[in-house]
Amino acid sequence: MNAPVIKLASVASLQKKKTHFTPWIIALLLASVAPFIIYPIFAMELMCFALFACAFNLLLGFGGLLSFGHAAFFGGAAYLCGHAIKHWGFSPELGILFAMLGAAILGLAIGSIAIRRQGIYFAMVTLALAQIVFFLCLQLPFTGGEDGLQGIPKGHLFGLIDLSSTVSVGQQQLPLALYFFVLAITFGGYWLIWRTVHSPFGMVLKAIKENEPRALSLGYQVNRYKLATFVLSAALAGLAGATKALVVGLASLSDVSWHMSGEVVLMTLLGGMGTLLGPLVGAVTVSTLHHELASLGSWVTVTIGVVFVVCVMAFRRGIVGEIAYRLKRSF
Amino acid sequence: MDITLQAIMSQALLGLNNGAFYALLSLGLAVIFGMLNVVNFAHGAFYMLGAFVALLGYDQLGRWLGDESIRMSFWVALIIGPIIVGLLGVLIEKTMLSRLYKVDHLYGLLLTFGLALIFEGVLSNYFNMAGEPYNGKPEILEGAINLGFMVFPKYRLFSIVLSLSVCFAVWYLIEKTKLGSHLRAGTENPDVTRAFGIDVPSLRTLTYFLGVALAGLAGVVAAPIYSVSPKMGSDLIIIVFAVVVIGGMGSIMGAILTGIALGLLEGLVKVFYPPLANTVIFIVMALVLLWRPSGLFGKEN
Repeated sequence: MNAPVIKLASVASLQKKKTHFTPWIIALLLASVAPFIIYPIFAMELMCFALFACAFNLLLGFGGLLSFGHAAFFGGAAYLCGHAIKHWGFSPELGILFAMLGAAILGLAIGSIAIRRQGIYFAMVTLALAQIVFFLCLQLPFTGGEDGLQGIPKGHLFGLIDLSSTVSVGQQQLPLALYFFVLAITFGGYWLIWRTVHSPFGMVLKAIKENEPRALSLGYQVNRYKLATFVLSAALAGLAGATKALVVGLASLSDVSWHMSGEVVLMTLLGGMGTLLGPLVGAVTVSTLHHELASLGSWVTVTIGVVFVVCVMAFRRGIVGEIAYRLKRSF
Repeated sequence: MDITLQAIMSQALLGLNNGAFYALLSLGLAVIFGMLNVVNFAHGAFYMLGAFVALLGYDQLGRWLGDESIRMSFWVALIIGPIIVGLLGVLIEKTMLSRLYKVDHLYGLLLTFGLALIFEGVLSNYFNMAGEPYNGKPEILEGAINLGFMVFPKYRLFSIVLSLSVCFAVWYLIEKTKLGSHLRAGTENPDVTRAFGIDVPSLRTLTYFLGVALAGLAGVVAAPIYSVSPKMGSDLIIIVFAVVVIGGMGSIMGAILTGIALGLLEGLVKVFYPPLANTVIFIVMALVLLWRPSGLFGKEN
């Protein structure tokens, strides 16, 4: 068992690397001009899915835990946020925080049951527990059943900035206030993930992923680390879901269904699991596929399925993982 | 609330009927998981394909052959359906799954998930999502039978008896025959088994054929009861996963007994508190996992 030792050493060397701000600044600049080029609502949805995929990847790519029930946190938070804003009159930022807290508590409940099993068992347990959440969302009185929770108002951020306001640029009306709010959330979430991965906590997490018995014998409380990661990942997935509900003004059953859980696995797999940029690239690719192929009806499902099969059979590193492997660098 | 004994009994029998399907499906999953270490996410899709073989064989076969009067009877579908579905499984095992045994088991799950999407997507293009009725139910199984305390549809009784007989036959095959002992040896230690001159790759292919054919059979049997639709498998598969988790993954007897028991439980909950019926299996699963993480019949590790 020499391989894990070498890998652990390379993890340690990561710690010495300096932070490079250039990619962050380029990304921020690109994201700032995006709403003038692509349809802003679509751009905001992309960001929500990207954050969702990054949150999921924190668990799978860095913790080695395949949750097949992450839609429970994404969609569940969408309902919580929508209800808090629409019926309790929460302001948007409080509604999102409330939903994030709810997702974290749900993550604690589901996580503490699921981490009792490993590997495939873990995946199945999360899937089945998420299904309870799905049925709750279908049957609880406040969720609107099959129709979902519709007409969620955008409200005023901190009581000041009207998120439904638009700015006219040329021929178009762009919802810039909302856009930059979503951008700030996405960057905040992504930064938190990046910080976590590069912290001592993240190092221990990698050690657990590489060789769990070794980490255990070194005295780490492996299950606590796993559970903490699960809760963090659930909370961030909830953040993404709540933000999406605010953007589209709708919380629907499709966000809690197991198809959504599968979708986020695909995004991560396609982009490259265990890379920081991969889920972003995967989310953008998958969402764009959906968007562009929407006119093909069920052939979208077939295409997504084919992408899945090709990824698993021939492309297990994913897009970013493959590039990183060729360039021998880490992203 | 006014609940008669008859209502309870009839729901219990309907539940037993569902339970028989759960048992048949989760048995296939358990066989595939136990022998190949693959969580077969496409299991629901194979079940759906089995039902479509029966439907198309009855409605469309004649038209394809140029003679409208040709129809594949239910009894023929009962044999042909599992074989067609099983052969599709063999193709998939030979070309794709067999290349994934050496990498993380999660990839098997992800591959079969993708395949399930493909099957479901393709059929959704040609068939009504709301489902189509299967009209080929044999006449001898039409009508109901008087059980003394209640009247019960003959076909449902037939499907319960058939499913349970097949389940116990498969259990016998795996636990009590020579072929079964080879299968189990191949799982425990493939290298040693190979050293004894047993062809392990062929055993694996055979296992996948068997597991998937069971799903196909369940589909054919289900066709006259439920409407045949591209979605029918994806709704069921998650419940069947829960059954397998509760029973203890890889445990053959666990899958059969848990399937029956949970079908019954679901039927009874439907009488007393209908909104809970869809969720009760998952609640049981959560409770069982808290108490016994490896499932009711699973080996503790």
